Amino acid sequence: MNEQLAFTIEVFANGLMAGVLYALVALGFVLIYKASGIFNYAQGVMALFAAMTLVGIQNGQVPFSHLINAIFGTDLHHFGWHVHSFLAIALTVIVMIVLAWMVQKFVFKHLVGQEPIILFMATIGLAYFLEGVADLMWGSEIKSLNVCAAEGACLPQGMNVWLEGTTYEALGYGFFIDNLDIVASIVAAILVIGLVMFAQYTKQGRAMRAVADDHQAALSVGVSLNFIWVLVWSLAGFVALVAGIMWGAKSGVQFSLSLIALKALPVLMLGGFTSIPGAIVGGLIIGVGEKLFEFLIGAPFLGGATENWFAYMLALLFLVFRPQGLFGEKIIERV
Amino acid sequence: MSGVNTAAESYVTDDGRTIGPVVMEMKNITLRFGGVEAIKDISFDIREGEIRAIIGPNGAGKSSMLNVISGFYVPQEGEVWYNGSRRPPMKPFQVAEQGIARTFQNIALFEGMSVLDNVMTGRLTHMKTGLFAQSFWKGKAEREEIENREVAEKVIDFLEIQAIRKTPVARLPYGLKKRVELARALAAEPSLLLLDEPMAGMNVEEKEDMSRFILDVNDEFGTTIALIEHDMGVVMDLSDRVVVMDYGKKIGDGTPHDVRNNQEVIDAYLGVAHD
Repeated sequence: MNEQLAFTIEVFANGLMAGVLYALVALGFVLIYKASGIFNYAQGVMALFAAMTLVGIQNGQVPFSHLINAIFGTDLHHFGWHVHSFLAIALTVIVMIVLAWMVQKFVFKHLVGQEPIILFMATIGLAYFLEGVADLMWGSEIKSLNVCAAEGACLPQGMNVWLEGTTYEALGYGFFIDNLDIVASIVAAILVIGLVMFAQYTKQGRAMRAVADDHQAALSVGVSLNFIWVLVWSLAGFVALVAGIMWGAKSGVQFSLSLIALKALPVLMLGGFTSIPGAIVGGLIIGVGEKLFEFLIGAPFLGGATENWFAYMLALLFLVFRPQGLFGEKIIERV
Repeated sequence: MSGVNTAAESYVTDDGRTIGPVVMEMKNITLRFGGVEAIKDISFDIREGEIRAIIGPNGAGKSSMLNVISGFYVPQEGEVWYNGSRRPPMKPFQVAEQGIARTFQNIALFEGMSVLDNVMTGRLTHMKTGLFAQSFWKGKAEREEIENREVAEKVIDFLEIQAIRKTPVARLPYGLKKRVELARALAAEPSLLLLDEPMAGMNVEEKEDMSRFILDVNDEFGTTIALIEHDMGVVMDLSDRVVVMDYGKKIGDGTPHDVRNNQEVIDAYLGVAHD
């Protein structure tokens, strides 16, 4: 086997794992879009917010410390304790649930029945609001994220991908694959299976599918739309937390994290806005596609940096030839 | 003859059916959409175990009335009394939790889900396990699912839709969809069942089937039914008492026989000019 082929396989594998992260973000979009028809522009910021909250809680940071210090003239920054990762994650989940409840209570409850574009604008507002709150709450410096189950059993860090990525021997060649990516893939797979099982086998899952299908009918069988919407925003918040942890561990918790939301857009164009498997497959295709394209065509012939636009070009092609995406529901108008 | 019975009494009809006391009473209901009065000061009651029909020409306000009962519309004036107490303004899902199930004129099913899943959603109000128990306590969730599944299967058998249990609803023909919708409402084991034009758009054979099912439901489970229907013949055969509406007003109330001989009702149906 030649060197080129081995490299290609390696690029493929790395792309697959980058795709997992895109898929995670896209998944959050799909959950909310299915149940309420809201295209949640704030999903990326939610991932940022979740990751920052996690780091903040872990490090025992005082929330809103700058604000408090400015008003009361105090000098608070840290509580002086460190919170165990599991507890911190649990607390962050609670924060995300409270956030979901507040979003529903103060924003979308008042916008029921409005045009999709109005709901979309509301989520843009929400995105900037949340970004501001995150900044005010935890500060804007880049933080590194260490999630550890116990001493020495930490989520691998992604910063040093090419240096410490474990080498897997196969076919006589060494493959560089980031440990974190493998963990991320496993976590994502568990998350997706869990979500699908929840939707399929629990009472609330059935109610969720009912709401996604027909609001009026769901009301008539005794489903509270409000409860279901809080539930899906909470689930999306949870998915955002998982995505935030993975991205945070890979490249540090920083504000550019919210921009991954934009990468989720082409993923959704590919997978279809209403399909959970679509989000996964779409994410993988984009991840692999952009890495392979860069490696095989972009770098040698186009001067590189094709990763920035490849996903959008692919999405554009899909919009032209298959607007409903790979798995989306085809819209057939009967005349 | 209904006039001589007090609200709390039961009575026996001419054909030997026992009709119970009043379960639902609408008092002076007025419903407006902007300047349009869809329902004008209407009062009537529904008794336990009866089949109560609401009839009237197009645009008479029948569906609006059903939507008031099921909580989809909140009337500007008037009171709704249910099981002897005044019902505060409620969301439709709260009304459903009180044991009032309904079907829709234009069929509102969960198109992407199977027939069985659709019928199972009718059981949602009976499933009390919380989110965490459902997610993490397999045994409890499973037990509840099995119990409720039994009821759903019984309803499916009863309405003779076993053959399409696993079929996605979107693939079914119109008549069967209507039946699945009835099944979903029945699965809730409602104390009051509201049917909005259960026979609209059906052929004669399907209408006969549906009539038979409605009578059987009432007979076998003793379910109180309030239905809206266009077809006078069907209404006369099915119902114990009939409310007639025209232009948002009540113009008749009584047994099918009474109503048929009411001059105002005849005028409304034959299209005599209103003065």
